Parts: sequence; C-alpha cells; structure tokens
Amino acid sequence: MSGGFSSGRAPLLAAYTWLVYAFLYLPIIVLVVYSFSGSGVGGFPPASWTFEWYRQLFADGALWDSVLNSLKVAAAAVAIALGLGMPAALALDRTDFPGKSLFRRLVLLPLILPGIITGLSLLMLFVGARMNLSLITITLGHGTALISVATTEIFAGLQKMDRAQEEASLDLGASPWRTFWRITLPNLRASVLAAGLLIFTLSLDEIAVSFFLFGRDNTLPLEIWSRLRRGITPEINAISTLMLLFSILTILIWYRLRTRSQRGSEKVAAVLATAGTGEPA
Amino acid sequence: MYSRAYKAAVAIPPIVWVTAFLLVPYAILFCYSFWSVSSIQTIVHHWNLQNYLELARNSLYRDVLFRSMRIAAAVTCFALLLGYPLAYYLSFHATTRKDLLYQLVIIPLWASYLVRGYAWKTILGTDGVLNGVLRFTHATDLLLAIQNSVNLHLAASHQITLVPLPFLLYSPFAVVLVLTHIYTPFVILPIYASLEHIPRNLVEASHDLGSSPWSTFRRVILPLSLPGVIAGATFAFVLTLGDFLAPLLVGGSSGIMISNIVVGLFGAAYNWPLGAAIAFFMMVIVMALLFTTERLEKRLKVS
Repeated sequence: MSGGFSSGRAPLLAAYTWLVYAFLYLPIIVLVVYSFSGSGVGGFPPASWTFEWYRQLFADGALWDSVLNSLKVAAAAVAIALGLGMPAALALDRTDFPGKSLFRRLVLLPLILPGIITGLSLLMLFVGARMNLSLITITLGHGTALISVATTEIFAGLQKMDRAQEEASLDLGASPWRTFWRITLPNLRASVLAAGLLIFTLSLDEIAVSFFLFGRDNTLPLEIWSRLRRGITPEINAISTLMLLFSILTILIWYRLRTRSQRGSEKVAAVLATAGTGEPA
Repeated sequence: MYSRAYKAAVAIPPIVWVTAFLLVPYAILFCYSFWSVSSIQTIVHHWNLQNYLELARNSLYRDVLFRSMRIAAAVTCFALLLGYPLAYYLSFHATTRKDLLYQLVIIPLWASYLVRGYAWKTILGTDGVLNGVLRFTHATDLLLAIQNSVNLHLAASHQITLVPLPFLLYSPFAVVLVLTHIYTPFVILPIYASLEHIPRNLVEASHDLGSSPWSTFRRVILPLSLPGVIAGATFAFVLTLGDFLAPLLVGGSSGIMISNIVVGLFGAAYNWPLGAAIAFFMMVIVMALLFTTERLEKRLKVS
C-alpha cells in the first residue's frame, strides 16, 4: 500500500471492523464451546466440561447414515455439475447460437434465485414424471443448481487461458477432442479442482432444495433439521463443530488451489458479482 | 477455429439438461399457478386466475409479503452497514494482514447455514447463552428493577417482562439478526472486489488536489464501489426474501415469511396451485430486481 491517503491510520474504523468480525464469529465460537459443555446447551458459564456429546455422536448410527448419504449426493452432484458446467463454459466462451444470452441467464439463475423456487419447480417436475423422491432426486436438484458455480468458475479460467497453445495444437493437426484433453483441460486444472471442491461443500450444506426433494433417506442437513425441530440437543453442537473443522480444512485446500492460478479473492468475488448481475464477470 | 461438431458437442448437452431441469420445471410452476384444487384434493387442470385473485384479495398474503420485504430490506441495510466499513478497512488500511483478514471473512461463509442458525438459537433462547450472561453479570437485577418500576405505571394488561429478555427468540428481530449474520459475508466480498479495482492513483490524485479524506471517499471511492454495493445488496435482499428456514428456526409465529406460507401450501394445506402462484410471483419480483440492478450497474460502468 502506498500513498498518503491510504496509509493513514484509522483507529475507529479498525475498532468497528473488529466488532464486525466479533459478530461474525460469536455464534461459531459459542457453538464450539458448548459442544464441550457438561450441562448441555445454554446457561453461562458452562458448569462442567465433557466429551459426552462426541461419544453420543459417534455411537449415533442414523446420523452417520445421513453423513454417508450426503457424501454420495455431493460426489454425484460434483460429477453432474462439472460434466455439464464444463461444456456450458466452453459454449459460452467459444460459440454463438440463438438464445445464448437466455441460456446464460438460465444456467446462472439458481445462484441467485432462492432455493425454494428451484426446489418446488423440480418437485413438480418429478411428481409429474411419476418419479419417487429419493437421494436421486436430491442429487439431480443439487447437480442442476450447481452447474451455475461450475460454469462461472471454469468460464473465468477460460478467460485467463492462453489461446496460442490450443491454436497451435489444432493447426498441427490434433483433433479437437485430443486438444481438449491434452491442452485445454490441463490448463484449466486449477479452476476445475477449485470448482469441484466448492460444489462438493455447497452440496454437503444444501438444504433449501433438498427440503422439497427428499424421500426416505435423509442427507446430513435434513437429519439435523429434523432433530432441531424436536428440540435442541448438544449432539448437534458436536456434529456442527466437526463440520466446521471439515469446512476449514476444505477452504485451506481450496485456497491453495486458487492461489496457484490467480488471486483467490478476485474469483470468489467474481462468482458473487456474477450472481448479482447474471452476467459472467 | 472450432468446428461445427465441436460447437455442437459443447453446446447441446448443457442446453438440453438446463431445458429439462430448469426451464421446464419453471414452466410447470407457471402452469400450476393457473390450476386449482378440487374438493376431493386433486389438482384440476382448469385454467383460471383464481389463485392470483386470491393473492390480491386475501390480506394475509399481502401482509406477510410486505413483512418479508421489510425483513429483507432490514437485513440488506444492516449487512451493508456492517459490511462496507469492513471491506473498506480491508482494502485501504489492512496492510500485511490483508490476506489473512480476507480469509476470516470467507470462513463463516463455509460454516453451514443450519449450524449458524442453530447457534443463534442457543444464544438467544430463554435459557440461552445471552440470558445466561445477563444473569451471571447480575445485569438481570438492573433489568428487573427497570421492569418493576415501569410496570408500576402501566395498566395490568400492558405489563412488560424484561427477565428473561422476551423479544430475543421467536420474533422478526431474531430473523433479521440471523439472516444479517448469514448474508454479511456475501455483501462484503463484492464490495471488497470493487474497492480493490479502484485505481489507487485516482485516490491519490484526489488527495493531492486537496480533497479531504471524507470528500475523496464521497466523490471518488463511494461512486466507484457502487457496483459492488449493488451486487451485494441484491444478493442479500433476494436470498432473504426467499428464506424459510430462519423463520422456522428462530422466527416464531410473528416472524413468518412468505416462503413459509408457500411451504405450508405445499405441505399440510395441500394447495399446490396457490403455492405455485405465490412462488411465481416471488420469482417475478426477483427477476424484476435483477433486471433493474443489471441496468443500474451497466449505467454506472459507462459513466
């Protein structure tokens, strides 16, 4: 940072900033602390400390079933979203067809549209098609909604890519298919991995769409939701703490992947800015 | 450079998929909104405007819709008030710790939505952490004193309770608080991005030409960061407007929002057509908003 203006100290602004951070982190800290509280949830200060909730958690079969379901759904959603988001990004980058701008808006719509609308619309489709609601319908919902994330991430990667290599490959007689596998995809590796990781995490946490599409089997958020409705249990604090740890681990990996291609901050913001305007940044 | 076959191969699969799983479902939603439910609980495919007339006539829907918009507006304002100064500090004042501080904004974003809503429930509840802190610090004594002295002057029907603090959980206040917490990072990121894109020499020029820091902010930085503000605000407003989980978790009956009505109509009340009409109406509001903000942003970029 250079220049007289920006290097000025701003103690008030700094204090305000730290207060906002405190607000953002307060619930998370409470959650973690109370997952070790002997008297369960609430009360201050916690009277005693315990690992009881973690013990209960690890013995809780139904909860781990839902974790497994969530992992399956998330993996399949990544496959769908990348499998369609990759060609969608290539199409947006390199082709022109009638209705392209409608297509772009439609792909990105689930990013900004409240989950309830996408969830309900898909519910009506599946009911109309006489499909039973199950993990498959949830997966189709997640995969479809998250194509938006894959498309924006990979599109951003394509925009940064050096075209000369691809042109050289095609000029030297390699087939487009071969060029894609040997040149395009390796160049996009960081974007694809980052997108995959982001989609995986978003799917693990998704509830607004799943809420309308679940059958007999629950995903983890649905399982947590059904327990929350029955009342507060400290076991939820424990699983939440573990989920948080998992998220932080993922974000560390994700950040490393992103900094390899470009400054991570710009891309996250680009995804969000895109979501706001419906236009690839 | 790319052959027709290549173009077809990349364009057709996503177009087909998106048509089948987004365009068609949205169209079905639209169709449902013109149908009705018979007395034996089956969907009647008879086209009419009854559902939309019901929306216009029944004040319950109007009131809840307006409440949802008020809550969404409040969340947007609070998120901007919390988010803008933080983004500004990060962009202009944080020096060596910039990257770390930026990561600190992202981490809460990765903590599950449900988990954060639930955490607020444990904080705000009657036996929650906040009331526990008040008891622990004996602030409850003060609150009790205030409660008793105020109640002396109030009619029996208007008595107030301050211990435990009653308005915390199961109120619109709680919904606004939780959703502000959830969407503030979403507001910070685009604002930060647009602040980072401001050429620093513009800021310095303004400073060198004798502008005070405040007028530099007002005439250079703020206008140039507006695209980020608009993107963040749109995000917060739209996602809050469609939220139904926070009201169920912490809203209570006075914190019901429009999506909760839709959920009810698709569940126990079994009136899918009316639910579809409300959902479609929400979609129209969202689209109109996106269209407007997109226009606004384009104009800002041009000027």
